[in-house]
Amino acid sequence: MTVTDGHRAGFLARERIIARPGWSRWLIPPAALAVHLSIGQAYAWSVFKTPLEKGLNISGVASSLPFQLGIVMLGLSAAVFGTRVDRNGPRWAMLVSSICFVTGFLISALGVWTRQYWLVVLGYGAVGGIGLGIGYISPVSTLIKWFPDRPGMATGIAIMGFGGGALIASPWSASMLAAFGASGNTPDPDGIALTFLIMGLAYAVFMSVGWLLIRVPADDWRPAGWDPATQKTGKLITTGGVSAANAIKTPQFWLLWIVLCFNVTAGIGILEKAAPIFTDFFGGSNPAASFAAAAAGFAALLSLANMFGRFVWSTTSDLIGRKNIYRMYLGVGAILYLVIELMTNSNKVLFLICAMLILSFYGAGFATAPAYLRDLFGTYQVGAIHGRLLTAWSVAGVLGPMIVNAIADAHKGEAGPARYTTSFIIMIVLLVVGFVANELIRPVDPKWHEKPDAGHDRRPGVRPDEQEATR
Amino acid sequence: MSARDEQERRVPPVLIVLAWLWVGVPFAYGLWQLLLKLPALFGS
Repeated sequence: MTVTDGHRAGFLARERIIARPGWSRWLIPPAALAVHLSIGQAYAWSVFKTPLEKGLNISGVASSLPFQLGIVMLGLSAAVFGTRVDRNGPRWAMLVSSICFVTGFLISALGVWTRQYWLVVLGYGAVGGIGLGIGYISPVSTLIKWFPDRPGMATGIAIMGFGGGALIASPWSASMLAAFGASGNTPDPDGIALTFLIMGLAYAVFMSVGWLLIRVPADDWRPAGWDPATQKTGKLITTGGVSAANAIKTPQFWLLWIVLCFNVTAGIGILEKAAPIFTDFFGGSNPAASFAAAAAGFAALLSLANMFGRFVWSTTSDLIGRKNIYRMYLGVGAILYLVIELMTNSNKVLFLICAMLILSFYGAGFATAPAYLRDLFGTYQVGAIHGRLLTAWSVAGVLGPMIVNAIADAHKGEAGPARYTTSFIIMIVLLVVGFVANELIRPVDPKWHEKPDAGHDRRPGVRPDEQEATR
Repeated sequence: MSARDEQERRVPPVLIVLAWLWVGVPFAYGLWQLLLKLPALFGS
């Protein structure tokens, strides 16, 4: 693409959103959050499961399909479209994400309205899932370029938004379903359709602030008082730039892939069955009805830890380094699982603290990954590399629940914490393997760096992808 | 204060505040709804 092409592309072109002097970088996180808080709705899908099952008379497996397909499409679309997202810029990516995500809701509304459930799977899962993948990576490289001094904090804010999306969507969609007669034992399918329709339209408006507000920094822009020459340096922090095509040929990419996959799998170990785990550990002789509220409180506490871990630990990684912070996620995470394993239900407060920390490390693993990639591969195509890395999430999304559910089912006869002993031991092993993989990460061989004669500036904080985009 | 710092101030602060409110208000709503569930955890 040339500059002339960019002019022709008009409103969506990267050239149109280069920030004018005086533009504040503190407008970029809200733009990113407008997208991430929306697409994070995916994790509130469970609210629709029971109304769909009862309203359309479908099975539990069928009602999970739109979400599962959505997560698979998230990983696939992030991997497939990552390079295009880097090339076309964040406004294009955010708009495409908005269109796909909103269209997914509108198709789903039509599907429920006409009682054609396959349209819900196609709309929410396939079309909406593409919106999830493109939307998830859309602001990442832009945030890293606006915050070269604090990349962990910047991506932590955005990816915390993905966790926060479910917090908003869950009570909001539940209250709409109730208001439109789509809850209880005989939910009205038309009420579900109306909920989908309203959510689609509301997200269209909410996400528009993202693609309207987003800007990329000018080539020569630097944060006030920040000198690239004085930036934090470390053995792993490169001054070169590696293309997405070359990054996947390096051992560093696949070691980080293992780290992310196993860290996510271990977190899902608790997240997936939060309420049953708490009930089996502490239910005892409590009345089922009152304890269900306590178990829901436990799930809520884990959501909070998951969300704030994304911001707090990712920001901390700017100070202590990416490799050290992953040592903590994986090493301390394994020890915490071991503490739960040994203490079982003898101390509720200790159990809660351990579970919260494990979930905070789970969320932080997502949030710190883009900054780790920036350190290893530079800012050149970091968005596309991040997209490819997210396939680890898709695998973990299947692996984690599969392990926990299969083992819990196999130990159905057992009561209390013993039911989860095998699962937790597997999680400890996975975290240890992830820890070893993190230890094996070394600086990327300079042979993979883009050649200087290609006209690329090698320093983090500048945008060699601009040159790539115009070649 | 450097010229760059002065340039940074050119964006009206109200725009920054509005942008953060746009995402902050729904986020606060979700957070509040979540916090309402927590007392049950410690009451059991």
